[in-house]
Amino acid sequence: MAATAPASPRTPYGRARLLALGRATKPIREASGIARGMFWAGVGITFAFILMAFLAPVISRYNFSQYKANGVRFPQLGHPSGLHWMGTTVQSDDVMARVIYGAQTELKVVVIALAMSLSIGVPLGLISGYFGGILDRALVLIMDAIFAFPYLLIAIVIAFVLSTSSIGGGIFTAAIAITAAYVPLYFRVVRNHVISVREEPYVDAARALGARPRTVIRKYVFFNVVQNVPPIATLNAADAILLLASLGFLGYGIQPTQGAEWGYDVSRAVSDASSGIWWTGLFPGLAIVLLVTGLTLLGEGLNETINPVLRRRRFGQFDFEPVPGAVEEAE
Amino acid sequence: MRPEAAVARPDIAEGEPLVSIRDLRTYYSIRGSFADRLVGREGGVVKAVDGVSLDVRKGEVLGLVGESGSGKTTLGRTILGLVRATSGVVEFEGHDVAHVPEREFRALRRRMQVVFQDPHASLNPAMTIAQAVGHPLQIHGLERNRERLRIKVAEALERVGLAPAAQYMDKYPSDLSGGQKQRAVIARAIILNPVLLVADEPVSMLDMSVRAKILELMAELKRDFDLTYLYVTHDLATAKFFCDRIAIMYLGRIVEIGDAASIYADPKHPYTKALLRAIPEPDPARAVPRDLPRGEVPDAASPPLGCSFHPRCPLAFQPCGWESRDLRDLLEARWARKAGEAGVEEEEALFGNLDALSAPLISARLTPPRGRTAAEMLAVLERIRTEDPDEPFWKGVRRLEAVDGRLELDFHEPHDPTLGQSGDVEVACHLYNAPA
Repeated sequence: MAATAPASPRTPYGRARLLALGRATKPIREASGIARGMFWAGVGITFAFILMAFLAPVISRYNFSQYKANGVRFPQLGHPSGLHWMGTTVQSDDVMARVIYGAQTELKVVVIALAMSLSIGVPLGLISGYFGGILDRALVLIMDAIFAFPYLLIAIVIAFVLSTSSIGGGIFTAAIAITAAYVPLYFRVVRNHVISVREEPYVDAARALGARPRTVIRKYVFFNVVQNVPPIATLNAADAILLLASLGFLGYGIQPTQGAEWGYDVSRAVSDASSGIWWTGLFPGLAIVLLVTGLTLLGEGLNETINPVLRRRRFGQFDFEPVPGAVEEAE
Repeated sequence: MRPEAAVARPDIAEGEPLVSIRDLRTYYSIRGSFADRLVGREGGVVKAVDGVSLDVRKGEVLGLVGESGSGKTTLGRTILGLVRATSGVVEFEGHDVAHVPEREFRALRRRMQVVFQDPHASLNPAMTIAQAVGHPLQIHGLERNRERLRIKVAEALERVGLAPAAQYMDKYPSDLSGGQKQRAVIARAIILNPVLLVADEPVSMLDMSVRAKILELMAELKRDFDLTYLYVTHDLATAKFFCDRIAIMYLGRIVEIGDAASIYADPKHPYTKALLRAIPEPDPARAVPRDLPRGEVPDAASPPLGCSFHPRCPLAFQPCGWESRDLRDLLEARWARKAGEAGVEEEEALFGNLDALSAPLISARLTPPRGRTAAEMLAVLERIRTEDPDEPFWKGVRRLEAVDGRLELDFHEPHDPTLGQSGDVEVACHLYNAPA
């Protein structure tokens, strides 16, 4: 056998990773038109909120549960002013501080909830789809049963059960409640895709090579299935914000002592609105709308760039400039 | 995993059987209709491989030839353990791989590899060529050092003609052409240094210009690596120049097997003859009459009685397995052929619904519709017989008469043909081996 090793047989594996990353992000770089606009607008809005969450102690003049500074109590239901840009609440809390710290809470809960529902839903979907059989049937039945309930109802039940237990009504409780509502979604998406990928010849080839089921799933199935997940996860994040706000609004979410939460603030502001006090409800509500919009744009943008059915390549259009002289010849 | 999984590697001499298949059956259960499933009725089975016995001798290229649906691919997949055998024995290097648990089989898989038909679909789109070709070595724990792995991959790629390897290693399958992908698939197969390579139509999806090159490469590799090939194909033309021996499959069974030269020079089975006549002849002056087999490959879920080929066979006679469904096909074909002619509608009305003939039975009973007699039906059949007395169907009819107002047809007892020596080849046909 010709043992002439090629000129550079060793590519550092870091470069291989970079190569794979470059390939994975290629559709995003190639995206065009509306998809591109949506994606980057979404990135901008979402990033602004993430920044706000991380820099909350720096940006915000006050803490979210602070009602006095330098021994002076803040006004109750004070108008927006130089000291309190977004006014104060009936408990003398600074609305702006609560909006800014609220971003922290929302992001924490959403990140934890997404991480948990992905790490439960995706592996279960992979296993269920790849092995099939009785396990698959049982899991599909359970997941469909959960799926049949309204999200909010499951989340409320879980939040209620957990808040009466030792865990209490904190970030984790809210995250677990949201996780329970979303696991079936990831499970179904991944499982159904695995079932089609499982029949591909390259999966058979991997089995013929002697790969264990674990290796086949990890190296041959997972990467061909997982590309559907980021858009769904992002869209879900938007949904999760709304769910968390709903829980807070109904009083099953983050307890006021645990952190600022927009949904809770909006629920407290309901009675203020009738007496013409608009600032306590407007700003948290606006924050919810903006973050949900940002995440939705990001998710839809991702979906349109990654999903091959929706994707339009940049070379879809050409401008054919008339060649000078060609027209005359034709005439 | 142990670095060198201990696989018993008996020294098998050239020409000795490397794979021995004995009475192998692979059945697929088919799902019935939705209603059937609701009431729990079984959908039946397709006998994709139905009692095949075969030796693949070390160092040979055995061609497995047949039409779509003949079970040739399933046979290959059963040998590879990708499909579980229903019964029978597949002995590979002394192990019965048809019944060994998957866990133990994995170590044996190093010794047998596969090249599939579609090179694009058989490479993982998420792996670079280097990762794909090197993965078998990692799976079996044969090379842990990444740099040495890369060198081995480069060697394998250059061996299959993807040179310089550095140009291909970090590409993804979608960046390569069909021929290049198939070369990469072959590199992945040979990197484990197997003894048996199952090639399932390895060139049928490639461009004409690439086919010969890939086959040449496979022939070279066979010499260099001392390989044995099971070459599954529907293409007798390439099989002729590539195979040492050829087995012709029809509906899950081998109908003829022997040296390629003997089969091409003197085909015995009517099916083989028909397949050989179907090879396009570039010279129109030498073109042979193409009396291709009539009809289609029958439904494998309920194959014909006796010899599966008898409904399409021009030479079929008494023991070939004539049955009620053949009468139905005869009548339906006749009516379709003569649609619109005088008297055809009259005949159709006389026989009415032929569903009574849909079960595979060696006797047919037909009741005339109200106001008609069995004698009229008999007269029609007699007329059909006199119109075309050479139709093989009539050889299978043992008794045809009208009794008690019914038309009764009895066929000769069906016999399954078995493989028997005839000249240089083995053939399963009553023309050569009269039933006992």
